[in-house]
Amino acid sequence: MAELTGTISYREAVAEGIAREMRRDPTVVCLGEDIGAAGGVFKTTQGLLEEFGAERVWDTPISEQAIVGAALGAAMTGIRPVAEIMFSDFLACCWDYLANEIPKVRYMSGGQVKVPLVIRTANGGGLGFGAQHSQAVENWALTIPGLKIAAPSTPADVIGLMAAAIRSDDPVIVFEHKGLFASRGPRPPEGHVVELGRAAVVREGRDVTVLALAATVPTALAAAERLAADHGVSAEVIDLRCLIPLDMTTVLESVARTSRLVTVEENPHQGGWGGTVVSLVVEEGFELLDAPVRRVASANVPLPFADVLENEVIPTVDRVVAAVRSVVDY
Amino acid sequence: MSQSAVREAMVNEGAELLAMYERMAVIRRTEKAAYDLFLAGLVKGTTHLAAGHEAIAVGASAALRPDDHVFATYRGHHHTIARGGSPEACLAELMQKATGICKAKGGSMHLTYAEGGMLGSYAIVGAHLPMAVGAAWSARLLRTDRIAVAFFGDGATNIGAFHEALNLAQVWRLPVVFVCENNLYMEYTPIRSVTAVENPAYDRAPAYGMAAELIDGNDVIVVRDAVARAAARARAGEGPTLIEAKTYRHYGHSRTDPAKYRPAEEVEAWLKRDPLTIARARLAGLGVPEAEIDEADRRAAELVEAAVRAAKQAPPPDLAEAFTDLWADGGAAWRN
Repeated sequence: MAELTGTISYREAVAEGIAREMRRDPTVVCLGEDIGAAGGVFKTTQGLLEEFGAERVWDTPISEQAIVGAALGAAMTGIRPVAEIMFSDFLACCWDYLANEIPKVRYMSGGQVKVPLVIRTANGGGLGFGAQHSQAVENWALTIPGLKIAAPSTPADVIGLMAAAIRSDDPVIVFEHKGLFASRGPRPPEGHVVELGRAAVVREGRDVTVLALAATVPTALAAAERLAADHGVSAEVIDLRCLIPLDMTTVLESVARTSRLVTVEENPHQGGWGGTVVSLVVEEGFELLDAPVRRVASANVPLPFADVLENEVIPTVDRVVAAVRSVVDY
Repeated sequence: MSQSAVREAMVNEGAELLAMYERMAVIRRTEKAAYDLFLAGLVKGTTHLAAGHEAIAVGASAALRPDDHVFATYRGHHHTIARGGSPEACLAELMQKATGICKAKGGSMHLTYAEGGMLGSYAIVGAHLPMAVGAAWSARLLRTDRIAVAFFGDGATNIGAFHEALNLAQVWRLPVVFVCENNLYMEYTPIRSVTAVENPAYDRAPAYGMAAELIDGNDVIVVRDAVARAAARARAGEGPTLIEAKTYRHYGHSRTDPAKYRPAEEVEAWLKRDPLTIARARLAGLGVPEAEIDEADRRAAELVEAAVRAAKQAPPPDLAEAFTDLWADGGAAWRN
């Protein structure tokens, strides 16, 4: 398990965040492929089986429909399951549950049934896993009314958002980013909860608002440092942290200060979350803007395998710097 | 057993069967009302009527406890009523009324009556089988001896979720009963013509090492006893059971289907084996006077007629209801 003080890695924070909730609520249970004895293929559930036993940490077959379908049935009948879908690409194997079952059970029953369900999954690219193990698919979930969507960028947020997701009586998908697992950050105190739907201003600035999520947050922060050092541009960086609920208040307040907006998304440009956020800014804050909005997103291609090719299509610091300069120089 | 004990057992069995007969009659008449209301333009969307399947829902319910959980398909009117949902609330739901069992947000394909443990009707074929596995799993985790039942059609047996659910239920030895209502047709196509085995559910159970029974789904006593055996196994920790109940639907697949694809002699043979006819014969065999059976029919007719009247008179839903019940806070806000 993670050390008790100081810093904690993002990967350790996943297990720690789940463990904290399992300690306080005996109805929290985990299920998924390789999460028990193996400790998770990304080692994000290490220590859970040892601490909580096989009654609360269930290894499943490779059966994504059964994993999320059973988690849904359990959630409807008094349990708070935390289901792992190993790579977010595999959410497509249980798309029926994501699109048709989980988000609609409460609504189409007229509020008779609640669904306190968490689905966790390793999202995103940058590690050379190829096109079927590298996608950033938060935009898939964003198309479905009835799912809440969290995507933490720091170990503290992993723990805080996991707490909020597990305590929520609504279904929440937590996108953990593969590229962040090794990163470290301060270990939050016991009881740390990050409310769903509250963005964080992670760097204050005057000239431009840069919206980011999960792995694009460190990319945006690195770009902001370079913009300040090399170009004298003061960029404000906002970590959205959740896509649903969406914190438009923080976004619009920031744009009111900076009058310029760049979004940094890892999902493909087509259908990405930036399109939704930008449309709201244009509808509700058009007069706040002094320049066109720019979206930095992944290219509309499957992610290629070679590092140099993958790097060519996903958001990079260079691309963010160029986008920000284009709106600042407009 | 003494003669008087035998007589008492027959009286008790007769009383239970008469109650089941009456519930089946309520379902039959509710389905007929739904059909008539559809023809009158008062039921919108679609309906998948379960007339002919009554013995499965009622027989199974008789073998279950009120706190057990059941999950059904889009053909779920009979299960909802068998679990205590009122015909009035069901018909009001079909007629898009505020008093509908799901506040007019579910419709015919999504009837849910959580108070009676009826945790929903699901319109994506096979999707609810893993959900029943999950409900059985939660019963174990919560240390209750509740069981979960999934009712599904023959068509669901060729869906991946069926196989994933069976495997997981058996591997975890969960208290779940899978009940296949094999009415011989998926939608319009005979299940036999597209399935590699004769009995689409029953023949697959051995592949999962699962206990299975192949039964007459039109005899309410046969269904009750089979589900009672499966429920007892489940509660005793002996794992899941798969029951394939052969039955027949009286109407087509859905509202627009006259079911012309079914051979006339096949339809005739099955209509002779109507679950209500079979139950009547059994009641007579138990010495229940015909007048009492007719009285049960009369009560069922009265209940459904009153339900139709009340549902017709109910108001439409308040427009604000479109924006309630998405989230646990009651609302549907997705942003601030």
